[in-house]
Amino acid sequence: MQGALRSGKFPDGHASVSETSARVRRLVEPLTVPVLSVLTALLVGAGVIAAAGGDPLAAYAGLLEGAFGSARALSETAVWTTPYLLAGLGVACAFQGGLFNIGAEGQLALGAVAAAWAGYGLPALLGGTLPAALHVPLTLLCGATAGAAWAAIPGWLKTRTGAHEVINTIMLNYVALNAVSYLLNGPLKDPTPGNVIARTPLIAESARIPVFVDTLRVHWGFPLALALAALVGWGLERTTLGFAIRTVGASPDAARAAGMNVQRTVVLTMAMSGALVGLGGAIEVTALNHRHELGFSQGYGFDAIAVALLGRNHPGGVVLSALLFGAMRNGATRMQYLTQIPADVISVIQALILLFVAADGLVRRLYRLRGGAAPLTLTRGWGG
Amino acid sequence: MTADLARDPEAHARPDEDRPASSTPSVPPPPSVPPPPPALEARAITRRCPGALANDAVNFVLREGEVHALLGENGAGKSTLMNILYGMVPPDSGEIWRSGRRVTLRSPSDAIALGIGMVHQHFMLIPGFTVAENVLLGAEITGRFGMLDPRRASAEVRALSERHGLPVDPDARVADLPVGIQQRVEILKALHRKAEVLILDEPTAVLTPQEVGELFTVLRGLKARGTSIVIISHKLKEVRAVADRITVMRAGRVVGETTPAEADEQRLATMMVGREVLLTADRSPAQPGDEVLRVRDLHVRDGQGLPAVRGVSFSVHAGEILGIAGVQGNGQTELAEVLSGLRRPTEGQISLAGRDVTTASPRALIDAGLSHIPEDRQRHGLVASYSVADNLALATWNRPPFAAHGVRDEKAVRARAEALVKTYDMRPPNPDALVANLSGGNQQKVIIARELDRPVTLLLASQPTRGVDVGSIEAIHRAIVAARDSGAAVLLVSAELDEILALSDRVAVMSRGEIAAILDASEATREQLGLLMAGARTTP
Amino acid sequence: MGSRRLAFVTLIVAVLVGAAALAGAPRVAAADVVVSMIATTLAVATPLTLGALSGVMCERAGVVNLGIEGMMLSSAFFGWAGALYASAAWGLPPGASLAFGVAMAIVSGGLLGLAHAALSVTFRVDQIIGGTVINLLAVGLTGFLNRQLFFERTGPFGGVVPRSPGVLPRLHLPGLADLPVVGRIFEQQPITLTAILLVVVAHLALFRTRWGLRVRAVGEHPRAAATVGIDVRRLRYESVILGGCLAGLGGAYFTLESVPSFEPLMTNGRGFIALAAMIFGNWTPTGAFAAALVFGAAQALQINLQLFRDQIPPSWSFLQHSSIVGLLPYLLTMLILTGVIGKTTPPAADGKPYDG
Repeated sequence: MQGALRSGKFPDGHASVSETSARVRRLVEPLTVPVLSVLTALLVGAGVIAAAGGDPLAAYAGLLEGAFGSARALSETAVWTTPYLLAGLGVACAFQGGLFNIGAEGQLALGAVAAAWAGYGLPALLGGTLPAALHVPLTLLCGATAGAAWAAIPGWLKTRTGAHEVINTIMLNYVALNAVSYLLNGPLKDPTPGNVIARTPLIAESARIPVFVDTLRVHWGFPLALALAALVGWGLERTTLGFAIRTVGASPDAARAAGMNVQRTVVLTMAMSGALVGLGGAIEVTALNHRHELGFSQGYGFDAIAVALLGRNHPGGVVLSALLFGAMRNGATRMQYLTQIPADVISVIQALILLFVAADGLVRRLYRLRGGAAPLTLTRGWGG
Repeated sequence: MTADLARDPEAHARPDEDRPASSTPSVPPPPSVPPPPPALEARAITRRCPGALANDAVNFVLREGEVHALLGENGAGKSTLMNILYGMVPPDSGEIWRSGRRVTLRSPSDAIALGIGMVHQHFMLIPGFTVAENVLLGAEITGRFGMLDPRRASAEVRALSERHGLPVDPDARVADLPVGIQQRVEILKALHRKAEVLILDEPTAVLTPQEVGELFTVLRGLKARGTSIVIISHKLKEVRAVADRITVMRAGRVVGETTPAEADEQRLATMMVGREVLLTADRSPAQPGDEVLRVRDLHVRDGQGLPAVRGVSFSVHAGEILGIAGVQGNGQTELAEVLSGLRRPTEGQISLAGRDVTTASPRALIDAGLSHIPEDRQRHGLVASYSVADNLALATWNRPPFAAHGVRDEKAVRARAEALVKTYDMRPPNPDALVANLSGGNQQKVIIARELDRPVTLLLASQPTRGVDVGSIEAIHRAIVAARDSGAAVLLVSAELDEILALSDRVAVMSRGEIAAILDASEATREQLGLLMAGARTTP
Repeated sequence: MGSRRLAFVTLIVAVLVGAAALAGAPRVAAADVVVSMIATTLAVATPLTLGALSGVMCERAGVVNLGIEGMMLSSAFFGWAGALYASAAWGLPPGASLAFGVAMAIVSGGLLGLAHAALSVTFRVDQIIGGTVINLLAVGLTGFLNRQLFFERTGPFGGVVPRSPGVLPRLHLPGLADLPVVGRIFEQQPITLTAILLVVVAHLALFRTRWGLRVRAVGEHPRAAATVGIDVRRLRYESVILGGCLAGLGGAYFTLESVPSFEPLMTNGRGFIALAAMIFGNWTPTGAFAAALVFGAAQALQINLQLFRDQIPPSWSFLQHSSIVGLLPYLLTMLILTGVIGKTTPPAADGKPYDG
């Protein structure tokens, strides 16, 4: 017994630890691994930059300057953060419900197309013009609905046939991208004479989300996304639906035995996830590009997975990680301009962040940390 | 992983020779002073598990050629000790001696090389493989380029099974074999590896009384050939029937060593639990009221689509406990799943308090007054990553007092949890503790507290004390009897005959998906129930 | 493979080949179209076959490999980059350069296999997340290196992509390739032929050898395997690295056999479709091959329709959009996953970390 106590292998948290330091630890503990993961990824990224013949310090200085160095830089960081935040929230929602939505890329594209269509086509369809107070919400609603419907398909297939949502969401990405390509080259193509680009017409003024200041691109979509993060956080934590989603995610069998409708919850979770992602696409159209063009997504849909996991699938965490990703993406342009290091290196660093966050044990071993959260379990066998 | 082959490259070339002349070539000849050194010995073995000592300086001696029972409650540390002796987990400190030589077991292959074999409680068989593939796995018979030779493998296993009087078809798929035969395959696995020490972990848990008898005959035969055997059990009767010596463990320590002649059941129980135990629950006669649950000609298929319940009819009245006895795997699990709405029957009718609930969802059944203590509490009863408080609110999470208008009332959840934690004496007494960190007994208390914390029309309790310590067993039994006395109908499904006899007012025996008989508990005897469980038919 | 699924495979392939023959009918003899379809099907099925074999190897040992896509993409890049370096920087002849490229592809696939094994076996990361990490890493790394090495003025080639050594040559199988009409089917490139050979080798290795028996045991019931002295972790590492090498060879197909260039994201979901082929093939090499042929035929049809594009009647004009016919493999995948064509059963311990 003596030896056991001295070796310190017993879990701590006995009376010797004071209440305050325990509280501080509870606050710091969930942040430790994500922060260390980001730092480690930046270190490895520096190695990659150096190996490719660049100067990592100059690169990161450029990155920082590009992300935070001016009012314009800050505005652009907010602009880049918005789609990350919404897509990340969507993926995090699904994770909370035990579902892996790798289909954000497709949901984003469909949300954008639907919003673009509503933006230019809806007034004519309803005979005349629409007030902005009505047109903007309708346009966003169209985007969210398209994303929700698209994401609900794999959810429904999972409950009906047991087909794993992972492959189906990926397949629907390709279907969506092909379909969008068809639409933008066909029925929804901008009919302006001489246009050869696969894009929709510009949306009506009444469908546009305004900016704060004329000289900066930062728009009302950003605070809207933040507000949604708060709403999702409250919903998951405090509502019975949120409790059901989390329970189905943690243990579908126990949820079923407790009388929860697991099938409905799964479909609903996927739909909510897709709605958030689709809204992200819609905001890009209504606030920023004012049309949808082929290949607008910068891979937000896949980065959203990293955003969600880095934020530990907690809406508050997702806000922080989306800000980080937005800042990095935004700063990368400046970095490339200043140092000629391809901005693609950011993708490498972001993938490394995901690697270290996912392989929580790797980071803990690197930094000799003890303990560890229960690993996330998604793989519950394939369907088919 | 081919170390065992490397050591004895011709092991498979001599199928006619069970044991090489020098059975333990690596062990030096015994010292000149008799008696011979113990076949296997654990000295001061200590193994820590998170927050507890699974083995605390345990000493254990298995003599050459004896059957030695290791007796103890769930969680006493028996399986941990045996897993250490089989190289599955390393001890934190302590020594292992095999026939007078100190050994280090880094993996099961080390144990196998030293002639130690183990039959695990949950069989270590691959269902899709044939008997021969299972027996030879890890010591395969191969030709050139590591190619398998199924024909020689089959012949080898057939010869082995005939030599030991354990008949089994080497080419049958293990998944198609009954449990008793699967156990035989496990024993053959050990024998093929020339086991001289055989460890059996709870080998009788899945057997009918008759199969237990057959197993004991096999063990006596092996003993006669010089095999030393450890049998782990918590069943007092069986231990006394088969063992030469008995070591009793409690809370990670050895509390004594005795023989069947020295210690009767009551004495063994006291050693095992550490205090006087009532082997029967104290309760008054039932006062049955109206019929609450009525099951008519119920048919159910299992997960593989095979018939599991075949035409079962019975009813349970308010204020009585109907016990369903039977060896595990005779349809009780599927029956309970259907009654709790987790599985749909293929035929038949179920009515609860006069309403047809044949295809009702779990939600509808809960609303109709069902309380359910599920067989697999980890899977169906609890969310391990949730707090005790959230688990206590699980079945009625979406209605008052726990929620209103779709919004949860966390204060109410916590307040109710604090009260229940106190009432049921849960340890730790903290509603915020994660259920994953609770002992089996305390986890079961969480479920029982939740399920009895609302008006109960029917209590369905499946294996309510499996894997639970004796202290909690008593509390759980009291709670079940109290539910009956307050007017609930209770359906108790249990594989433990003692539990059935201690609690039930009437006993239904299930065998191969059918109810063999329904008896009045006061008239039923163990022998009679055992025969019925084994498939005998009587008309009571 | 069950008779129902075999019938499905035959039917779909027949319909697809028939559709191509129909489309080409006015201009080309049906027999020629059929032969060309079969030859194209075999060729374009190659990365799917190899990807599916990679999946079979990993999942038979109990490790889900969602990273096949990323492994193929990386290998496509590193194989291509290796061949370019060998020919442009070191002046090796085209044949040797291409062989070096293939070796690089296999090695890089194997290394990513090692990474996946480390994540899922040693660090017990959820295997689907581990695979996703590999996919994202592959996208980032290949995009970055491609630009840095070949399109930046500071790169080793001064921002100009050097002349590529071309693609692997068609082999002329003596005897078979000389047959009239059908001979063309047997004029294939080396990776395609190797893939078919590997189907047989993988089948024998998994179902006839001691190693395969142990791999399957580890995928079904790792604890049981451990109790008879089998080293579960080691076998899982071996299988996943081997799976990585197979995916690596599949990646080499894209840049060393199909076209002599690299495009970002060029694998285009083939790695995921390969997983569907593995599932449909019930985790057997032969079944996976049959399923890969279905997808291959769908893709071959797409290629054929492009050729006969002008012959499509106006009422079917939407078929002229390659993006519409391009949906076929993805929709097929989803259909197959619903299990309407027959349920299949994964290895019992598939995807579950082993902590023994």
